[in-house]
Amino acid sequence: MTPASAPTGVEAPAAPDRPAPGGRVGDSPIRPDGTPKVQGRFAFASDLEADGMLWGRTLRSPHPYARVRSVDIGPALAIAGVSAVLTADDVPGASTYGLMSPDQPVFARGVVRYMGEPLAAVAADHPDTARRALAAIVVDYEPLDPLVDPALAASKDGPPIHPDGNVIRHIRVEHGDTAASGDVVVEGVYEVGMQDQAFLGPESGLAVPDGEGGVDLWVATQWLHEDRDQVAACLGLPQDQVRLHLGGVGGAFGGREDLSMQVHACLLALRTGRPVKMSYLRDESFVGHVHRHPARMRYRHHATAAGDLVKVEAEVLLDGGAYASSSWAVVSNAARFACGPYRVPNALVDATVVRTNNPPCGAMRGFGAVQVCFGHEAQMDKLAARLGLDPVELRLRNALATGDVLPTGQRVTGAAPVAECIRSAVAHPLPPAIGDGWLERPGGAGRTADASRVRRGVGVAAGFKNVMYSEGFEDDSEARVRLAGGVASITCAVAEVGQGFVTIASQIARTVLGCDAVVEPADTVGIDSAGSSSASRQTWMSGGAVLRAAHLVAGQVRSALAEGLGVPPSSLALTDDGRIVGAAPGGGPDALDRIDMTVAEAAGDRAFESTAVHRHRRTYPLDERGQGDADVSFVFAAHRAVVDVDIDLGLVRVVQVATGQDVGRVLHPAQVTGQIEGGIAQGVGLAVMEEMVVDGGLVLNPSFTDYLIPTVADTPEVLATCIEEPEPEAPLGAKGAGEPPTISSTAAIAAAIRAATGVDVTRVPVRPWDLI
Amino acid sequence: MTTTPPTPADPAPDADAPAVYRLTVNGVARTVEGTKATDSLLHVLRDRLGLPGAKNACEQGECGSCSVLVDGVLVCACLELAEAAVGCEITTVEGLTPAGAEPGDAALTGAVLTDVQRAMVEAGGVQCGFCTPGFVVAIHDLLDRVPDPGPFDVREALAGNLCRCTGYGRILAAVERVVALRGIGR
Repeated sequence: MTPASAPTGVEAPAAPDRPAPGGRVGDSPIRPDGTPKVQGRFAFASDLEADGMLWGRTLRSPHPYARVRSVDIGPALAIAGVSAVLTADDVPGASTYGLMSPDQPVFARGVVRYMGEPLAAVAADHPDTARRALAAIVVDYEPLDPLVDPALAASKDGPPIHPDGNVIRHIRVEHGDTAASGDVVVEGVYEVGMQDQAFLGPESGLAVPDGEGGVDLWVATQWLHEDRDQVAACLGLPQDQVRLHLGGVGGAFGGREDLSMQVHACLLALRTGRPVKMSYLRDESFVGHVHRHPARMRYRHHATAAGDLVKVEAEVLLDGGAYASSSWAVVSNAARFACGPYRVPNALVDATVVRTNNPPCGAMRGFGAVQVCFGHEAQMDKLAARLGLDPVELRLRNALATGDVLPTGQRVTGAAPVAECIRSAVAHPLPPAIGDGWLERPGGAGRTADASRVRRGVGVAAGFKNVMYSEGFEDDSEARVRLAGGVASITCAVAEVGQGFVTIASQIARTVLGCDAVVEPADTVGIDSAGSSSASRQTWMSGGAVLRAAHLVAGQVRSALAEGLGVPPSSLALTDDGRIVGAAPGGGPDALDRIDMTVAEAAGDRAFESTAVHRHRRTYPLDERGQGDADVSFVFAAHRAVVDVDIDLGLVRVVQVATGQDVGRVLHPAQVTGQIEGGIAQGVGLAVMEEMVVDGGLVLNPSFTDYLIPTVADTPEVLATCIEEPEPEAPLGAKGAGEPPTISSTAAIAAAIRAATGVDVTRVPVRPWDLI
Repeated sequence: MTTTPPTPADPAPDADAPAVYRLTVNGVARTVEGTKATDSLLHVLRDRLGLPGAKNACEQGECGSCSVLVDGVLVCACLELAEAAVGCEITTVEGLTPAGAEPGDAALTGAVLTDVQRAMVEAGGVQCGFCTPGFVVAIHDLLDRVPDPGPFDVREALAGNLCRCTGYGRILAAVERVVALRGIGR
């Protein structure tokens, strides 16, 4: 079965430019995809086209909860230019899909459970024809009373809105003496709103039928093989008839872990026999992917009079929305990291995620750890105030370290430089006092108060989470390295979503083989899964697979060279910088020639290839008391935020965020900086700007006009220190760097706002009316 | 309750009437056929003229990913009717050329980057890259108008371009780099 030919009109997706020579591990070479990206030549999924292509669009429910009495597609089919209109009747395979539990319909049948749930899809000759076809479909809805209160959903009184029930998962972590109490007790109730990933590249893909019953899909996703499995099941096709190829991905941040347009586009392409492109508009994107779970949290911290944590009690309730997505894992993260990066001898954590008729929630950068960090860090400040201790001192006093035991009973065996993160964050210089510039004041140009009505505050927070998947999930990655003609080519199904894996992979191959390296386009055809570009895991997992494959190739070259020289392979050594050194019999009977050449030079005209799989060590499910070695490794970070608050208008300007971040080892300094700055910007957004406003199940602000993400005028100065304590089990000592910047930056900003205003901020995002 | 759909016919009476016109894009006159009068400049550039450099992140005029120059004025192509740009000089990211080069030749081959493009790559201003073409056009526009902008001038000028990956730090570094290099060249 051959794949359909690549789309035309633009370069093949992800085709990398050859990077400049040099650029080994630890350097900062330019991105191999940087040049086409600045020229507008890089082919994002939404840029693809093919001869005879149709445009697909999706009909979505305007109601959060309704019975669907009938769907009449006749008027839509009658429109000239419309080639197909599909509904639940047209799904040949599984009618539902899902990352962890297949509970979400490809098209709703009989009932819709959230605003934006798909009911039908059309293919037409022009996007506008498709739009008019959607408007012509007649749906007879009977609106139902939506279940939108997660507390009601969690209670026995909540009517089940799905055959699987409303409670998606409940976890209880009991550790140590759960009846213990401390000299000092502080309590708090906290809330986190619904954040959107707001990746800029809309959900997009191009499905091309192969004429033999199969289909190729070029798509922007985080995990090609998982998508392939889910799509093939819904199409009722064997997996080899569904070939996924990575279209250029315009950001992800968790929002592309779940399917969006994948099945719909393939169904339309197979029905019409023509290529079908789907690309969401922004308002559709806002309801077309999952979001960060809104959270309600109740905390009680116990400590000794000296400031040692005795016990943490936490109740966490996450609103999962209508379908399960990755809620099962998000709530587990919330439970496992609920107590923060501290030594907590006794803990009682109760975490629940429920189904409601709100928009479905799932993965977003920080994945469960972000929400609880806002809670546990507010508690640490409250405790410090009660004890009369400096908040930094309290955190340092309780900071987790290697060898400590987590509330899950898991002992931290890897690097855990929590104290170093905190010390580094607060060691950065503070910014100068507020200046005269209009843009330096809260609210920016034209909306600011008098400087005398602006208050400055400083706050600190620390957080942590896991790297890689947890609780027994095996997320292996496979990579192939081929050395030929002096160039190493890397094949790996990693979704390059912007994080820069293509750069890291090239650096690794260059370092091991001493030559230039290119990363081939990613697909499901020629290689096994690389796992998801999430959980900060690709540098470790797929970087590890590339490293392993490159080492195998280097070993092959060494053996071949040794054979050619007539010496045992052991007489030749592979160096850390991609060379083969040693000695071999030379011209005379006793003469030895010194051998010193790069692996690539030693390979000469021959080609060498190896494929390798990287596996992390085994993890285990949590038992009924929430105990178990569930995680592979942890990343830590601390942030110090400085804010200016206009106390009359309640406007906040985040002036500076300083951080110390545990990275294991820096492989590419510029890319780590980019992850830190970008992650902090998203933390700023959650702290003071970003919320999907949902009222009665209706999303009120699905646009960049009303859902505000930070602009360059809103983002603070960022000062970062990377803590390099190599992780013993990580292939290059490097942990992931993507998520930690987002975990505790929000909490630090909230603390700074409390310090500036004296207002007990218990909810993020902080809105102006929360402060005045 | 039954949702009554709007009538299929579009309210604009001549919306479907095929239009034929010529647009001057990156110095080249291009004939545009078979489009609708309601088509945006962004749609025509991307889907009719094979110039996907201007991006479609929001199509609401909020993100700047579709930034192009029309008669030297920075606009969101998603908010401009294509037909309204007849007679104007349109410059997209594909048509930006290094100082001294002829429009439309070197940059299109991929052989030569402008100073802004090079700085964006070298300073790490590119991650996913979806906002990048819009930023490149907007930075050119800023620095061609204001050769030596202050930090707040830069922030204000680029506040119409959203980036979700970088937090803007490396993009600002790229701007500084270009300002410094152009300063040396003056």
